[in-house]
Amino acid sequence: MAALQQKAKEQIVEICRKYKDEPTPLMVILSEVQTEYGYIPLEVQEVISEETHIPVAEIYGVVTFYSFFSLKPKGKYVIGVCLGTACYVKGSQAIIDKFCDLLKIQPGETTEDGLFTISALRCIGACSLAPACSINGKVYPTLTVDKVQGIIDEYKKEASV
Amino acid sequence: MEKKMINIKIEGQSYQVEDGLTILEAAKRCGYNIPSLCEYNKGECSKASCRVCLVEATGARGLVASCVYPVSEGMEIKISSPKAVKARRTSVELLLSNHNMNCQQCVKNGNCELLHVANITGARENAFKGVKTETTLDILGPGIMRDTSKCILCGRCIERCKKAQGIGILGFEKRGFNTIVAPAGNRSFAQAPCLQCGQCTLVCPTGALTEVSEIPLIDKAFMEGKKVIVQTAPAVRAAIAEEFGDPIGTVGTGKMAAALRRLGFYRVYDTNFGADLTIMEEANELLHRIKNGGVLPQITSCSPGWINYLEFYYPEVIPNVSTCKSPHEMMGAVIKSYWAERNGIDPKDIFVVSVMPCTAKKTEEVRPQLSHNGLRDVDAVLTTRELARLIKRSGINWDMLPEEDFDPDLLGDYTGAAVIFGATGGVMEAALRTAYFALTSKELNPVDFLPVRGLQGVKEASVDINGIIVKVAVASGMANAKKLLDDIKAGKSEYHFIEIMCCPGGCINGGGQPYVKPVFLNKEGMDILDTYREKRASVLYKEDKGRPIRQSHNNPQIKKLYEDYFKEPLSEKSEELLHTHYKARERYPEI
Ligand code: SF4
Ligand code: SF4
Ligand code: SF4
Ligand code: FES
Ligand code: FES
Repeated sequence: MAALQQKAKEQIVEICRKYKDEPTPLMVILSEVQTEYGYIPLEVQEVISEETHIPVAEIYGVVTFYSFFSLKPKGKYVIGVCLGTACYVKGSQAIIDKFCDLLKIQPGETTEDGLFTISALRCIGACSLAPACSINGKVYPTLTVDKVQGIIDEYKKEASV
Repeated sequence: MEKKMINIKIEGQSYQVEDGLTILEAAKRCGYNIPSLCEYNKGECSKASCRVCLVEATGARGLVASCVYPVSEGMEIKISSPKAVKARRTSVELLLSNHNMNCQQCVKNGNCELLHVANITGARENAFKGVKTETTLDILGPGIMRDTSKCILCGRCIERCKKAQGIGILGFEKRGFNTIVAPAGNRSFAQAPCLQCGQCTLVCPTGALTEVSEIPLIDKAFMEGKKVIVQTAPAVRAAIAEEFGDPIGTVGTGKMAAALRRLGFYRVYDTNFGADLTIMEEANELLHRIKNGGVLPQITSCSPGWINYLEFYYPEVIPNVSTCKSPHEMMGAVIKSYWAERNGIDPKDIFVVSVMPCTAKKTEEVRPQLSHNGLRDVDAVLTTRELARLIKRSGINWDMLPEEDFDPDLLGDYTGAAVIFGATGGVMEAALRTAYFALTSKELNPVDFLPVRGLQGVKEASVDINGIIVKVAVASGMANAKKLLDDIKAGKSEYHFIEIMCCPGGCINGGGQPYVKPVFLNKEGMDILDTYREKRASVLYKEDKGRPIRQSHNNPQIKKLYEDYFKEPLSEKSEELLHTHYKARERYPEI
């Protein structure tokens, strides 16, 4: 836990105490920590465990179960490729593979420049436009492998201005 | 209060059963063992994950998981209908399709609940082919290992760790097809604050959780021509006979000594001698603390699972913990010093093997502070289960073994006080017998000190020793010890002496003991999971009663050891060889 700044620790303890009387405090605590800090590493889970008396392994389980939570910091642009049934049938695996290829990272990872994170999502509610992905909330419909490079370039350009 | 009874039918026969039972439990009481797998001890599992226990029941749509579905008035249950039989087989086949079936190399073979249901349901290994979940093999140990390729996600280990130790090292991780059971972050046990107590290995139905075997180390020592000396902990004799089909509660002492001799050990000793020595040091340490205003309460130190817990979770309490090494470590230290000198043998040529009921002892033996002149006190630790494997491997017929004694020379004698170390409360009772004598020059009478016996999680008592009221407490299982430790931390503890054992019930229920799996123990009665610990403990109390000498300070060889070598308890020499220290450890170190 050495890695965790004293100040950050105090803030996390505060979040935990704020929700301690909730019927299911863990989800609210994790949501707030995720929103505040952008990720929930093991050191932070240890603090939450001490405060809530929920075993670290159980917290870790929740963090890895919901794709909203992440263990590592996320990039400026989060590319969520839908692997829901409709998208999958229409070939979204090839789409996510292409993103991974071009950015040289795996799903769940972030590029070294901190620009992109790729994450695999369940249905994002755009089935009629499958296969789809969403980047920071903006949906890209009817994707093909050939469109992927162009999308990446668009954001690289945006970042450089 | 009378339990409400209801009427049900199983396979067309009428029965009366208690309301509120699950179908599985009710059927068991009526004489039907419905094949089941993930279920353990009335729900100490993740509940209905395997679907192996499916049956037909009226009032339900389709088949139901009998391990969670309750009986109701008038319910008719069909276990052997073609539909149910087929469904159960399919459930097992689905499990097998994602299982690493290398049974011939698996230590659970012979005791595997998955293989058992596969057999009785007629499941075929390759009925379903498909990709398998990515697996993890954690063999960093040093106590226990995890192989997720054998895991059926029953969750029993998760529940056991929470219930017994109150920590919950293991949990479900990721989701869907990728789900695994692991310490947070799929870390190795070696990189998580796991006590390596092995409680989880006792409940795991498959080979997913087991001890790290040290049999190869022993083979090597024999091959190199070392003088391989073995010692066995008290609790081992209370359980080893189970491995050879004897009923739980059978005394294994004599046959075990005979078997060890046939396995070629240079000396066959009993850790009990070490236990008597521990009592001499520990009782005197307690008196020293009481007389000199030292840190109180003093806490026992012989359970390495507890010591791991101390260092991870309660480092503030370290000053309270006795500095005594655990009995087998003391024994090892004495073998490589006093015994070696007397026999003119270079300690470098000695290889000490401890047979223990415990997987945490494997983490203890490698602690750097448990060695002397660069030589470890103990070179290898075998669990009770591993010793049984060694005996079976050599073709020794357990039933035909004679009853023999341990070797008698120098370290051979032991007292009743030492034997009861293996049950919760035993160390306390043994220490009180000796402390009482040290202060009053009279023996504690009666010698049996009953208030600290029995399987309750926490026990308290007090004894009047020459006007000093000594208050003691005994806890087993870290979930039970927690309260006592919190009180110490808060400066509120009023005890003088506390015994803490990591495993619920003490070493008789250690993580290295034979598996108690009801499915393989049809002759033991339905409540065996509630009674086996008591049966094992009774072996030890019986042996204590039958020993000619029952107080550690009256062991003639212990007296001689002090006269000739250590001079007195807590002497400079004993501090050097028989005592140790502890330090705080980081729970999730950076990796
Ligand atoms: S766990 Fe059971 S089924 Fe699996 S390999 Fe071992 S013995 Fe075979
Ligand atoms: S060895 Fe003990 S502490 Fe570690 S996971 Fe198993 S039950 Fe929990
Ligand atoms: S490791 Fe064993 S006890 Fe734990 S979930 Fe897997 S099969 Fe069950
Ligand atoms: S499956 Fe991809 S949007 Fe619904
Ligand atoms: S035993 Fe009932 S679902 Fe596994």
